[in-house]
Amino acid sequence: MSERKIRVLVAKPGLDGHDRGAKVVARALRDAGMEVIYTGLRQTPEMVAEVALQEDVDVIGLSILSGAHMALVPRVFEILAANGQEHVKVFVGGIIPDEDVPRLMEIGVVGVYGPGTLTGDIIDDVRQAVVGAPAA
Amino acid sequence: MSLATSVLAGERLAMARLLSQIENDEPGGWETLGELFPHTGQAHLVGVTGAPGTGKSSLVNRLAHYYRNPPAGEPQRKIAVVAVDPSSPFTGGAILGDRVRMRDLSGDPGVFIRSMAARGSLGGLAPTTSSMVQVFDAAGFEIILIETVGAGQAEVDIARLAHTTLVVEAPGLGDEIQAIKAGILEIADILVVNKADRPGVENTERALRSMLELGHPTRRVVNHHGVVESIDINSAEKDFESLWIPPILRTVATKGDGLPDLVRAIADHLEHLETTGERHDRDRTRLQSELEQLIQGNLVSRWRKEVPDSKYQEILESLIARQMSPHQAAEILMNGGPTA
Ligand code: B12
Ligand SMILES: Nc1nc2c(ncn2[C@@H]2O[C@H](COP(=O)(O)OP(=O)(O)OP(=O)(O)O)[C@@H](O)[C@H]2O)c(=O)[nH]1
Ligand SMILES: [Mg+2]
Repeated sequence: MSERKIRVLVAKPGLDGHDRGAKVVARALRDAGMEVIYTGLRQTPEMVAEVALQEDVDVIGLSILSGAHMALVPRVFEILAANGQEHVKVFVGGIIPDEDVPRLMEIGVVGVYGPGTLTGDIIDDVRQAVVGAPAA
Repeated sequence: MSLATSVLAGERLAMARLLSQIENDEPGGWETLGELFPHTGQAHLVGVTGAPGTGKSSLVNRLAHYYRNPPAGEPQRKIAVVAVDPSSPFTGGAILGDRVRMRDLSGDPGVFIRSMAARGSLGGLAPTTSSMVQVFDAAGFEIILIETVGAGQAEVDIARLAHTTLVVEAPGLGDEIQAIKAGILEIADILVVNKADRPGVENTERALRSMLELGHPTRRVVNHHGVVESIDINSAEKDFESLWIPPILRTVATKGDGLPDLVRAIADHLEHLETTGERHDRDRTRLQSELEQLIQGNLVSRWRKEVPDSKYQEILESLIARQMSPHQAAEILMNGGPTA
C-alpha cells in the first residue's frame, strides 16, 4: 500500500484530435500499476504544465500526431522551467519525423516513440526514468 | 522557508508536494500537516457523489466556475477540487480522468484541482482524502469540492467528511427506482437531477420525491465510536424547525442551467448547519472518527510488531485444527503470543 506510485500525466497538446495512441498508452501505464492523469484533447502547453504542477506528476507524456511538436514541446519545457518543475521527465509519442528526434532529446525529452511502439517498452522506460531501475 | 510556511503563503508547488507526501504516507508530510492543522476548520466542504457518468465532474466544473466568476454582488471564492477515481484492484493502477471535464478552470490561480486514486479504499474516497482536504483548508481555499468515485454503494465516507453532500442523479440510467440507491436519503443534503435536458427527468425527479416523502424522517448518518448509525429525527431533541429537507434541483451541467439555484441551496445548507449548531457537531463527529480510525490502525500495526509471525502462524494453525476457538486465539495473541 505504501509503495510509492508513479504518477503520469498523459496529455494531448495542440489542436490534434488523434487520441487513440494517448489512450492506449494511458491504459498500458495504468495496467502497469501507475496512476495516470488524463486530461483530454486540445491542451495548451500552459495547461499541461499547470496540471503537472497541481498533480505533482513524475512524468509527462505528450502525444502529438499533428506535426506541431517542434512548437509545442519546447514551450512546455519553458514553462516547466519557469515553474521550478525541472524534475519532471517528459516523454513524447506520435508522428515525429526522425530528423526532429535529436533536437527534442537535446531540450530534455527522455524518449520519443512512433507508431508501432510496444507499450511494454514505454512502461519499462518510464519506470527506468523515475525509479532508475528496469521493471522488476 | 518551511513547507508549512510556503503552503500558508499560497505557493502551489509546495502545496502539490505536501499533498504527495501525505498521499504517500511520508512522515514529513504528517509533520507539516500538524503545523498547518490550527489553520483548518474554515472551509466549506462540499461532497459530490452519485453513480458513474451522472455528471459529477461536469457539475464540479460549473460550480467552481460560478464561484470564480460570480454575478455582481456575490463574493468570489477560492476553490479547491479533490477528485477521486477508482484504483484497479489487480494492478493498483488508475486512470484519473475527471479533469477532462474541468478544463474551464485552467489558468485560474484561485483554483487548485487534485486527482486521487482510491488506493484500495472502498467507501468512495481515498485513505488520505480527508488529510488532503485539510491542506487545502489551511491554505485558505474557501470552498472545497470533493468528487467521489462513482461507485454506486452507500457512500457513507463522503457524508462523514463533507459539510454538504450533493447526490447527483441523471435520467436514463435504466430503471429509475433501481438507479436510486436506498441509502441516498441518509447522505443527501441536496439532490441534483443533472442532465435535465434528457428525456425522463420527470420520472427521475418523481422517483426521488416519492422516496423523500415515503422515507422515514431519519437524520443523517453519524459515527459513534466507529459505528455508523443514523439518528431518528424523532429521538433527536432538535425541533422540527431545524429539520433540513433535501431540495431536489434540476441542472444541465454541460450548459450551466440551474447553477444559481444549486449555489443558493449549498449556501442555504451551510447557513442551516451554522444556525442549528450542526456544523460544529459534524466537525466534532468527523474528527473523532478520524482519530478512532488512526488509533485502530496504529494499534493493529503495533500489535503486529509485538507478535512474531511464527507465533501468529502457530495459533492460526491451532485455530484451524479446531484446538481453540477464534475468541481464545484472539485472546492469546492479544496477550503477546503463545508463550506469554
Ligand atoms: C486513425 C487515424 C485518424 C483518425 C483518428 C481517430 C482518433 N480518435 O484517434 C481520424 C480519421 C479521425 C483521423 C483524422 C485526421 N488525420 Co489521421 N490518422 C490516423 C492513423 C491512420 C492512425 C493513428 C492511430 O490511431 N494509430 C493507432 C495508435 C495506437 O498509434 P499511435 O497514435 O501512433 O500511438 C503509438 C505511438 O505513436 C506511441 N505514442 C503515441 N502517443 C504517445 C504518447 C506517449 C507519452 C508515448 C510514450 C507514446 C505515444 O505509442 C503508441 C502505441 O504504439 C494515422 C496514420 C498512422 N499510421 O499513424 C493518421 C495520421 C496521424 N492522420 C493524419 C492526418 C493528416 C489527419 C487529418 C488532418 C486528415 C484530414 N486532412 O482531415 C485528420 C485530423 C484530425 C484531427 N482533428 O486532428 C496524418 C498526420 C500527418 C502529420 N502529422 O504529418 C497521419 C500520419 C496519416 C498520414 N500518413 O498522413 N486520423
Ligand atoms: N446531456 C447532458 N450530458 C451531460 C450533462 N452533464 C454531463 N454530461 C455528460 O455526461 C458524461 C459524463 O459526465 P461526467 O461529468 O464525466 O460524469 P461523472 O459523474 O463525473 O463521471 P465519473 O467520474 O466517470 O463517474 C459526459 O459526456 C458529459 O459531457 C448534462 O447536463 N446533460
Ligand atoms: Mg467524474
